Amino acid sequence: MSARLAVESLAARAAARLSRLAGTGGGTTLPGKLLWKLDPGAIDALAARLPQGAVAVSATNGKTTTTAMVAEILGPGTKLAWNRSGANLVSGVASTLLDVRDAELGLLEVDEAALPEVARRVRPRALLLGNLFRDQLDRYGELEHVADGWRTMVAGMGSEAILVVNGDDPQVGDLGRDRGSTVVYGLDDPRHARAAMQHAADSRYCIRCGHPYDFAAAYVGHLGDYSCPSCGHSRPELRVAARAIELNGLESASFELVTPAGSIRVALRLPGLYNVYNAVGAAALAQTLGASLEEIRAGLDRFGAAFGRFERIASGDKTILVLLIKNPAGANEVVRTLEDGGAPQVLLIALNDAIADGKDVSWIWDIDLEPLLDSTEHLIATGDRAAELGLRCVYGGLPESSLELEDDLERALDRGLELTPPGGELVVLPTYTAMLALQRIVTERGLTRPYWESKA
Amino acid sequence: MKIRIGHLYPDYLNIYADRGNIAVLARRARLRGHELEVAAVSLGDELDPAAHDLLYVGGGQDREQALIAPDLAAKGAAIEEAVADGAAVLAVCGGYQLLGRGYRGLEGSDMPGVGLFPHETVAGDRRMIGDVLLECELEPGSKRTLAGFENHVGRTRLDPGAEPLGRVVAGFGNDGESGAEGCRVGRAVGTYLHGPLLPRNPWLADWLLAQALAHASGGDPPELEPLDDVLEARAHNVSARRAHGRGGRF
Repeated sequence: MSARLAVESLAARAAARLSRLAGTGGGTTLPGKLLWKLDPGAIDALAARLPQGAVAVSATNGKTTTTAMVAEILGPGTKLAWNRSGANLVSGVASTLLDVRDAELGLLEVDEAALPEVARRVRPRALLLGNLFRDQLDRYGELEHVADGWRTMVAGMGSEAILVVNGDDPQVGDLGRDRGSTVVYGLDDPRHARAAMQHAADSRYCIRCGHPYDFAAAYVGHLGDYSCPSCGHSRPELRVAARAIELNGLESASFELVTPAGSIRVALRLPGLYNVYNAVGAAALAQTLGASLEEIRAGLDRFGAAFGRFERIASGDKTILVLLIKNPAGANEVVRTLEDGGAPQVLLIALNDAIADGKDVSWIWDIDLEPLLDSTEHLIATGDRAAELGLRCVYGGLPESSLELEDDLERALDRGLELTPPGGELVVLPTYTAMLALQRIVTERGLTRPYWESKA
Repeated sequence: MKIRIGHLYPDYLNIYADRGNIAVLARRARLRGHELEVAAVSLGDELDPAAHDLLYVGGGQDREQALIAPDLAAKGAAIEEAVADGAAVLAVCGGYQLLGRGYRGLEGSDMPGVGLFPHETVAGDRRMIGDVLLECELEPGSKRTLAGFENHVGRTRLDPGAEPLGRVVAGFGNDGESGAEGCRVGRAVGTYLHGPLLPRNPWLADWLLAQALAHASGGDPPELEPLDDVLEARAHNVSARRAHGRGGRF
């Protein structure tokens, strides 16, 4: 390490410790922000030190879970520089590279918009691109803008870098076309296709000619097996696929993982088709890093859940099930999974509108929430925009007598637990900052530990 | 009475909450004993100027807008005829832009317009994103506020003498400098306020329903029975507060 980088790193680490001592949070991005200010090129130098290089994972939905799955597959044998807390902007990546001094491999979850910058500096040896959905347009601009950034990035990548792409997403799958060193993954089980295209599907029109695609199967939003009847643009051939998928309500899922190295049955302790996507992507990436089929199977079998994405927390004789919602496509999968598990009788939804949640809350109207509204007995709306959320539910068919508005999250949680019968489960759907606030509440009550203290 | 809505390009222009606006119109019509019938009018479909009491055009991402713009422009004469005959229009964001004379994008990505609203839109260099609050006076002496969210790179310039939908209290509006937002021609209104515009601004939903009922009956816009709107008022107030606190400005 150069003397300059060493001094900068020292200063940045000291800032992180101060931040933790001051109790202002995990201090997860502060050192990176400082380093970024002192010397933007420092990230390049930090990444270049990693003996096995770095890999990056990006997507609108599932990047935190997918990255955590890869970490579990690689296991304790590889010392990782991994931004597990989800600090996925350039500053978070810098912090992570600073933090783990003797790391062998960088495992980086990266924000979609920040990805081109991170990839240019870190030069990952493999890059997993999962999906692109409309998400917080107030932050990212339009989907096409993010996709353009990715196209330029891929064009500038060296041919030695391996691209792992979800072929089921027309925009993403096309990035690897006509490029060597590309692994295409996806789902191959039309039994689990949606009967109708969801409202939140985005890439429904051919990316080449604009004609509507024919979908032989649409699994999650616009992810599926598509072909254009006008120009013939279609899903690329899958090299790694999930077949014979079994979904077991809110509990688990399993599938046949088919790869060039052979096939193996994989069991997940996570529910939902979206987690099958995450697992297949993680498997494809891990395989390019040399993981064996058995290591992949065992890692995915061990995998619990990524921070805040799917958590069961015990509270007396009741449980709290937390499922993060952040955009229509992701929330739709949460709704579908809840439906499959038997729709909850008591539901708490927390809608905040900070920058990390999206200041524009109109996305809640694009969620196909109606299946839950039909069967829920009590819906508690909370968060900064509780009233807006309440309106969404009432105009979506929820009887007004079933709706309770409680602006304060902690009181809303207590009310939800009060309405939950003994032995029952309270389902909580928070947006990102509401999820962080919820973590603080349950931690203060001694129900779970903060993420920066937990160890893998 | 039956209110016939023509929803233009619902499969292309649906970026945020356009179906929420339709859901609000439907519920508020039903609560007053009217029935809302929604017909999709999409790419290649004939638009019969007499077939709809209200036309709805939502917003789309650039790509989807470019796909439908020529088709929409070709429907221009039918839309102008419908409005001249007293049909109501709500056009939001991209739909609002394309009902003007056209959109001049960067690098030659121009789109033709319908020419209903007297304005032109030119792509700017900075996006105008944020909470926004307007003061409107659609009926003389009746001032109301509209709270919403805007996200657009296009700067829309109204012709001299054109009537905006409202004056900007907080936020950017049409171009970030004139203080004007949206446009009104008779019973047609267009606005950049996307997202769930009508849920938190029920007075505008009722104004549109009354205009549509007037077209359906051939009479004057009726007085609609008031609804309690407690939740709507709360949502409006939070949104208005956001606009005051963090509405966009250059």
